[in-house]
Amino acid sequence: MPTFLDFEKPIAELEGKIEELRHLDGDGEINIADEVSKLQTKADRLLRQTYAKLTPWQRVQVARHPDRPHFLDYADVLIENFTPLAGDRFFAEDNAIIGGLGRFCGYSAMVIGHEKGKDTETRLHHNFGMARPEGYRKARRLMRLAERFGLPIITLVDTAGAYPGVGAEERGQAEAIARSIEVCLDVRVPLISVIIGEGGSGGAIALAAADRVIMLEHAIYSVISPEGCASILWRNGEEAIGAAEALKLTAPDLLELGIIDKVVAEPVGGAQRNKEATIAAVGEALEKVLREIIGVEGGVLRARRRERFLEMGKKGLG
Amino acid sequence: MNWLTNFVRPKIRALVRKEDVPENLWNKCPGCEEMIFHRELAANLYVCTHCGHHLRISAEQRLKMTMDDGEYQCIELPETIVDPLKFRDRKRYTDRLKEAHNLTDMQDALVVAHGKLGGIGVVMAVFDFRFLGGSMGIAVGEGFIAAARLAVLQKAPLLVFPSSGGARMQEGVLSLMQMPRTTIAVDEVKEAGLPYIVVLTDPTTGGVTASFAMLGDIAIGEPGAIIGFAGARVIGDTIREKLPEGFQRAEYLLEHGMIDMVVPRKELRDTLIRILGLLRNPTPAAEIVPLTPSEAPHLAAGNPKNKNAGKKREENPTADE
Repeated sequence: MPTFLDFEKPIAELEGKIEELRHLDGDGEINIADEVSKLQTKADRLLRQTYAKLTPWQRVQVARHPDRPHFLDYADVLIENFTPLAGDRFFAEDNAIIGGLGRFCGYSAMVIGHEKGKDTETRLHHNFGMARPEGYRKARRLMRLAERFGLPIITLVDTAGAYPGVGAEERGQAEAIARSIEVCLDVRVPLISVIIGEGGSGGAIALAAADRVIMLEHAIYSVISPEGCASILWRNGEEAIGAAEALKLTAPDLLELGIIDKVVAEPVGGAQRNKEATIAAVGEALEKVLREIIGVEGGVLRARRRERFLEMGKKGLG
Repeated sequence: MNWLTNFVRPKIRALVRKEDVPENLWNKCPGCEEMIFHRELAANLYVCTHCGHHLRISAEQRLKMTMDDGEYQCIELPETIVDPLKFRDRKRYTDRLKEAHNLTDMQDALVVAHGKLGGIGVVMAVFDFRFLGGSMGIAVGEGFIAAARLAVLQKAPLLVFPSSGGARMQEGVLSLMQMPRTTIAVDEVKEAGLPYIVVLTDPTTGGVTASFAMLGDIAIGEPGAIIGFAGARVIGDTIREKLPEGFQRAEYLLEHGMIDMVVPRKELRDTLIRILGLLRNPTPAAEIVPLTPSEAPHLAAGNPKNKNAGKKREENPTADE
């Protein structure tokens, strides 16, 4: 049973009716097959129309959809011989960020990303994709390891943000994020990021200060969650819908602002309705970008990456 | 300069400015709530004379009390795009900016200046919390980069005094991008072999802490300063338990190994001068060793050609200094 979002209710009702009809006895007077196909057409059209004009707030909900493909789904399909590597070598292993060696399109690569989990048990195991300092320190370690062997780095970003906890603060959450950003900007190997769901604040940029940033059509990338922004600026968490609009956190807006380089279209009805197609589309976009920059000398890559960020913010939205 | 600072600001200021009417002569300490006479407070570097609470101070006050003889030159911040997202919450962002300009007479939340500290040329980038909570947007990021480049150009150490709630939400993801941008600036200073010193003042939180503020070669906290990534309220809501005593205070960070030292404001200038001296003048100060006549017969006092030889050497002690 798929999880329907609030704004998908009309679609859910149609789908429900179709299900009912399918279970009816076939020897009635009305032609059930005809009726089903009519309703299906209607449902498909409604889905297409709804997703063609998602509001920013609706995109926030799609980006957080529990059935969206997550890091491990991508690694399963796109990465051959994926070999996760654990631990930050200081304190602990943080399962909110997974990273390891593997082969992408024939190239050995370091693949790192947030994993949110797919059911209660795995969500708890991965702390809902909210990393502690150890996660960022592990990422830093793995990026340096990749650099030592001249391997490209691929990061998949999907986090509500870094974990806000007493222990995380005590062990230097801010410092861990800052150093992770620093290493992203320093490595002399290709670094490509894909925002696959939620690009939440410092927890996201810690892995996304990259040569190229790709973003899924309904993913979001923001300095703060709409709810957090609403409660601070509007002093009312209920204003999250307005905040989502004001923050310009959608892929098309970020493309226009020059923050990201490419938007990957999602299947009709969002990534959650067709994981395979979504993963394939991301793989294709990644491969194209990787082939563009894999031959570039490390120092040049690093200089261009820095230039890319220094150039940001010169233009606003039209 | 743009129309905001050139046109709107002077007009509004002309309307609201009162001519030299003394403001409140007494300040209430936010720590102990005692009243302190303003002159007494200023003389004590805005540290409460009753409880030692370090009050937040403006960028100007900070520069005056830190630089030699209170002298320094500010540089104009690079011009940047204003309100790139056309952001509006309960108020327009442009209106919030205007209010902040009027309140502080500043371009944005950062002041960049150069001057001398213990005789050593330094560049200082100082945040002012009064300007939209010292938040970091494009203008602050550009100013920070300008400060770093000025430091590299002048071969001077960069000293940064953050006092900031974090990223400026009204600039959306563009403010998030100031984290990598300021990090690049820090690395430019470090790659030039110059000291990068951060004095974390109250408060230093969010995206500011998670970028340049935690990358100092030396990290100094001011007593009692709140320093952290997530806000205490957010953490409290998440874990639903009482936060430990002194959580996220400078002393707490020191105890957890996150900063090098906590230094009271009164000792800060001397501490900075000592550190800069140690980093900038790493070799022993050269001693003046008089040469014996046999080593340098041409310098011997008896040689009529060298009447002023000894004197000259004193004026010209060593190449090291």
